Amino acid sequence: MEEKQLYTISIYSENNIGLLNRISAIFLKRHINIESFSTSPSEIKNVFRFVIVVQMTQTKIKKIVGQIEKQVDVIKAFYHTDEETIFQESALYKVKSSALFEERHIQNVIKESHANIVTVSPEFFVIEKTGFRHETEKLYNDLAPYGLLQFVRSGRISVTKSKMGISEILNTFKKNK
Amino acid sequence: MHISGAEAVIRCLLEEGVDLVYGYPGGAIMPIYDELFKFQDQLNHVLTRHEQGATHMAQGYARTSGRVGVAMATSGPGATNLVTGIADAQIDSTPMVCITGQVAAHLLGSDAFQETDIIGISTPVTKWNYQVTHAEEIPEIMAKAFYIARSGRPGPVLIDITKNAQFDFFDFSYETCTGIRSYVPKPTLTKETLIAAAELINAAKKPMIVWGQGVLLGNAEEEFKALVEKTGIPAAWTILGLSGLPTAHPLNVGMVGMHGNYGPNLLTNECDLLLAIGMRFDDRVTGSLDTYAKQAKVIHFEIDPAEVNKNVTADIAVLGDCKESLAQLLPLVIANSHPEWLAVFEGHQKTEYQKVIHQDLNPTKTGLTMGEAVEAINRHTGGDAVIVTDVGQHQMVTCRYAKFVKSKSNVTSGGLGTMGFALPAAIGAKMGAPEREVVAVIGDGGYQMTIQELGTIFQGQIPVKIVVLNNDFLGMVRQWQQLFFDKRYASTEMINPDFVSIAKAYHIDAQSVSKREDLDGAVQAMIASEKPYFLEVCVEKEDNVFPMIPSGASVSDIRLE
Repeated sequence: MEEKQLYTISIYSENNIGLLNRISAIFLKRHINIESFSTSPSEIKNVFRFVIVVQMTQTKIKKIVGQIEKQVDVIKAFYHTDEETIFQESALYKVKSSALFEERHIQNVIKESHANIVTVSPEFFVIEKTGFRHETEKLYNDLAPYGLLQFVRSGRISVTKSKMGISEILNTFKKNK
Repeated sequence: MHISGAEAVIRCLLEEGVDLVYGYPGGAIMPIYDELFKFQDQLNHVLTRHEQGATHMAQGYARTSGRVGVAMATSGPGATNLVTGIADAQIDSTPMVCITGQVAAHLLGSDAFQETDIIGISTPVTKWNYQVTHAEEIPEIMAKAFYIARSGRPGPVLIDITKNAQFDFFDFSYETCTGIRSYVPKPTLTKETLIAAAELINAAKKPMIVWGQGVLLGNAEEEFKALVEKTGIPAAWTILGLSGLPTAHPLNVGMVGMHGNYGPNLLTNECDLLLAIGMRFDDRVTGSLDTYAKQAKVIHFEIDPAEVNKNVTADIAVLGDCKESLAQLLPLVIANSHPEWLAVFEGHQKTEYQKVIHQDLNPTKTGLTMGEAVEAINRHTGGDAVIVTDVGQHQMVTCRYAKFVKSKSNVTSGGLGTMGFALPAAIGAKMGAPEREVVAVIGDGGYQMTIQELGTIFQGQIPVKIVVLNNDFLGMVRQWQQLFFDKRYASTEMINPDFVSIAKAYHIDAQSVSKREDLDGAVQAMIASEKPYFLEVCVEKEDNVFPMIPSGASVSDIRLE
């Protein structure tokens, strides 16, 4: 049996309403769960970027990316392993302010984790940590005993070590027009 | 030109060369219908009896004419009724543009009367879709819709137009779409893959071709025939490839797949080279993939890169439009023949003839067989007709026995297996090829799924010939129940109405036969008629279709009985 592993799918696309639905439908149709999903503008004006993380075999990811790239509004889609990308996730932790003073140890937790304090108010403070999943998870576990009022983690954002060549594709199209 | 969005839609259709639209009006698309009324001298609208019928007519039209079929419907239920036809067109790569009306933009999301999220609903089954909310968007979106539907691997596109965008005025100008930066309709053909493919072909001792609809969609019939004849390679077809090479061609060795011919199925697992041309290795073709053509090298000629290595791994993938790739391959292959290998096919064909075909076509039992009905149609059309089929036993029998001399003559629902497809598709097929005889062969089950389109035939006096092979059963399901569910015929027997009376109520000439001596005369009368005609052929209730590869079995496990 071929082994499953984490893959990061990067999609460069037009910014059309409905494309998000079209892409998620490709996963839905095949009963595949998405680990994380984020969208943002890319380095190219008017080109959008999706970063999707999924766990599957290489055979399957190739087919999925082929189906994604087939969509009319998708300029190009890639898949990469963790080794081939630089990736991060951000997490926010909301904690009672009293915990900071009553539980001295929490100050060490914050210091050691290299997390940033985003805001402090008389009732609560918010810590931000960006890094790998295991780092944001460790901070979660360390803070949990002091009572987390809220916790949220972003989807993975990632850039690849190799070149994507999107501008070249778009320039070639312009030239041939 | 300062015109309304609704008028712009009509002008866009005319710009794209559309002269025929199938559809059904309703509240949210009334402004467009109002313009259709004004343009009726240039644009013929066929009023269907159900929106699903409109999509199948557009499909039938596209399949015989090679042009984009157009279907229109209103919002809400009108739009959702299109979905089956759209899904059928998507899986069978049929170029179609569907236009739906939508509630006014300010009402979107308010659960307004007849509001439905048709963009959301149609997304997984369209090649592309788009919701127009401003009249100014119409020309560019319509141009894109037609370009996307017909280019590359064709498919259905749905354009949803809010009512305000139909009413609003703007300055209209039209420019045809020639390219979209995010869309590569066909991959670039590379010389290296052709050379590598030619090497394998030239070295092969037992090569076999399986061709699909790509040959027909690519208008590559001539190039394909030239390749087959020069290389002398036996060629078998998928159900949608049927008619791409004449039935009588000496290298045409029949159909592959679940109810395909004995030889090509068995020999798929004996050939040393499998050339797959414009086909996608559907599971009904391959049976179990674990035991499919493992001994063979595979060359896959394909326009859609996502199809390569999807089901069967290709040793060489020749990406591109097969009209170009086959033409460029031809000078690279050596003229050859494979008489001994071809004789193996002929041997299996003889076995199949003795065990199956002879009884199907020359039965001695009292009841009529589906096969002899198809053979009678062959006799009276000379294989020159467009044959439209629905889904089930009659479809398999017809595709097995119908004879073809011309391409684009077989219209059937392959991938989706849509019962109810044939009657409306035959209407479209006839309008797409008015000079040709069009015979729809339908089962009694599927016929009743879209039987109301008899009204469209009557109103438009569309001279299609309708043959219902009536066994009072949902025959294919019954066959599976007999073979795999110990004859528990759960909900497959049908108590049918008097089909002749129904046809006559629509003022369509009709007759019914159940005796062998009446069959030939009835078919002859039907073909001789210049008007729409209905013929019921009452056949044996519990006949089965063989050969058969049981679901999930290997092509080598094909059964003759």
